[in-house]
Amino acid sequence: MSDFILSKFNYWASILLMMIGMYGMIAKKNLIKKIIGMNIFQVSVFLFYISMGKVKGGTAPIFWEKAVIYDNPIPHVLILTAIVVSISTTAVALSIIIRIYNCFRTVEENKILETLANDENQSGNNQ
Amino acid sequence: MIVYIILIPLVTAIIIPLFGFINKKLPFYVTLLSAFTNFILVIRTAKKIFSYGTERYFFGGFEAPFGIEYVVDGLNSIILIIISFMFFIITVYSKRSLEKEIENRRLPLFYALYTLFYTGILGIVITGDIFNLYVFIEIASLSSYTLIAMGQKRNALMASYNYLILGTIGATFILIGIGYLFMATGSLNMADIKLRIVPLYHSKMVRTAFAFLTLGLMLKLALFPLHVWLPNAYSYAPSAMGALLAATGTKVSAYALIRILYSVFTIEFDMKIIPFNQIFLLISLVAILAGSTLALAQTNLKKMLAYSSIGQIGYITLGISLSNATSLQGSVLHIFNHSLMKGGLFLIAGGIFYKLNIENIYDMKGISKRMPYSMAFFVILTLSMIGMPFTVGFLSKWYLILGAIEVGRYFVIPIIVISSLLSLIYLWRLVEISFNSDVDKKEISEMPVSMMVPVIIISLLTVFLGVFSDIPISLSREAVKIILGS
Amino acid sequence: MIIEFITRKMIPFIQLYALYVVAHGDLGPGGGFQGGVIFGTSIILYIIVFGMEKGKRLLPLKITDFLGSLGVLIYAGVGILCIVFGGEYLEYTKLPFKNPHLAAHLGIFAIETGVAITVSAVMVVFIFDIARKKDV
Repeated sequence: MSDFILSKFNYWASILLMMIGMYGMIAKKNLIKKIIGMNIFQVSVFLFYISMGKVKGGTAPIFWEKAVIYDNPIPHVLILTAIVVSISTTAVALSIIIRIYNCFRTVEENKILETLANDENQSGNNQ
Repeated sequence: MIVYIILIPLVTAIIIPLFGFINKKLPFYVTLLSAFTNFILVIRTAKKIFSYGTERYFFGGFEAPFGIEYVVDGLNSIILIIISFMFFIITVYSKRSLEKEIENRRLPLFYALYTLFYTGILGIVITGDIFNLYVFIEIASLSSYTLIAMGQKRNALMASYNYLILGTIGATFILIGIGYLFMATGSLNMADIKLRIVPLYHSKMVRTAFAFLTLGLMLKLALFPLHVWLPNAYSYAPSAMGALLAATGTKVSAYALIRILYSVFTIEFDMKIIPFNQIFLLISLVAILAGSTLALAQTNLKKMLAYSSIGQIGYITLGISLSNATSLQGSVLHIFNHSLMKGGLFLIAGGIFYKLNIENIYDMKGISKRMPYSMAFFVILTLSMIGMPFTVGFLSKWYLILGAIEVGRYFVIPIIVISSLLSLIYLWRLVEISFNSDVDKKEISEMPVSMMVPVIIISLLTVFLGVFSDIPISLSREAVKIILGS
Repeated sequence: MIIEFITRKMIPFIQLYALYVVAHGDLGPGGGFQGGVIFGTSIILYIIVFGMEKGKRLLPLKITDFLGSLGVLIYAGVGILCIVFGGEYLEYTKLPFKNPHLAAHLGIFAIETGVAITVSAVMVVFIFDIARKKDV
């Protein structure tokens, strides 16, 4: 049993972070907290990738004269690209939140949905 | 060389803001030029594929399993043709339509993001490397989040935010699936993974990879339980963008699903090791019925068309799940047809909004007196959506029914028929309201010519390709040969 | 007073470190994206400490937009240059330098510079956008 938990420790950490991130995205009503949850969710995937790239007894994949065996460098390269994608998504999400704030004056999701429902009712009454 | 298909829109997207500093009207002409050039390039590449066979292109000179490669074969070329054609047509439409919806000083940014979205979807279709697929999915998705948020009403912002959260979950699931595949095989090239993964079919790693990949792609595809982002995103976006998203956004995700299911994992895995096909069949049938039923309840024209799209996506996945040659041909044909028809319907809806500023169906009483030509083409596209013979919509439904009969799943046939009848009800409802003759005679105020010409071309194409049907049928047969033969 | 003094002294070192990170992207940790972020952070520090007006005078919005496009153009341009010299897209070994090894190093360095320029420009545009007072 301890072998099951301890030898696969990196996967447990990754799954724990993923679940925390998903909980934040789904259950929180504040729009910015959802973005934070999304970031935690994506970070868990990066942890998963890099922990998969470790070779037993390997050193960091940087050129070094005294090295015998290196880690696999491909996951590091993939994660660089994925980090850039994650930052771009966060940047776009924050820009949209700023425009939502300027339009609705609040960043709580239930208040925004109330305002939109009132809009619908009013335009329905006007017709 | 096929790299120019991606390079031309990419460089155009970068230099459009520079042109925008000179003159605010110039970006439209630059976009139009690059869309036309790309369309011609795609047609020439497709002709070369059909004579010579699959074409590959290696980035940076690195050979197949080590570098990134771009592959254009029979399946790619039909999707490339329809995407570049729809992009070109919608760009012609967008000149007048955007004047009303977006302020003048934001136009260069709109066209830059628009062309970047085009680069993203072309990249999804062309690439042969699985991580490159993820990068292009994210390029296309990020551009579409921003473009949807440029819509006029306040709802567009919340619609874009919801689409962002759900789309990122989907893309991250795809990333996890790619990670598991890399862990299993050590390679990122689609053809290479297919060879290396065969002895590992029964391991949990490969099964988990399959689960995450298909789940992420189903979210991008808006298949029934995961469709929640689609109606708001399509209806509150600017009209040209809504049409482009409806015509191309989900279709490239369907293409990616076909690639993963048949060119990375083989049919043997899909059917025997995981009973994926049975589950997918049931989900598709529920999607078909739910989409058509939910569309009946809508009074906003664009939302009705969006829910109708959810139903039509069920047809595409129905063909994928039945997995024999005839139904796969029906599925590829339906990707082609639905892109054409739904794009045309969204263009007409945008035109009605542009000229008369109404979106609710019940406000459109007697509209055929004022926009007779638009409603005439709406009738033609409705006949194609329900599958009337001599239109192109008939071909895909025919092949799907034939494929279902061949496999012996007879219960599919009444569901296809019922959903065609439901499509008839909700589309003909608008035709009947608009041809209502209680209204007094008003003068004709039609859409501007540059918006009308795309609608005319699309409607005439649906009839033309329905009558001279060997063009779509032979293209899709080539595609199915690649799917099943490789 | 103290903050302004220290910031004025620190910013050149931060920018030098950013260039160092970009240039060593080949053989060590670092590269275009990381160096661009550090460079952008130095300019954001300037804007935070000295105010938006001085920041806008230092880098007007039009120039930052132009720089953002310029970086990606450098990237695509190097790739197309490789096609002009008779190779595939981004095949650096065909560039006309003394040996293919040097050509690969210089090609990668040019690309990383392009990425760094774009990323720093985007970060500056982003903070201009967030810190605006009303919806324009």
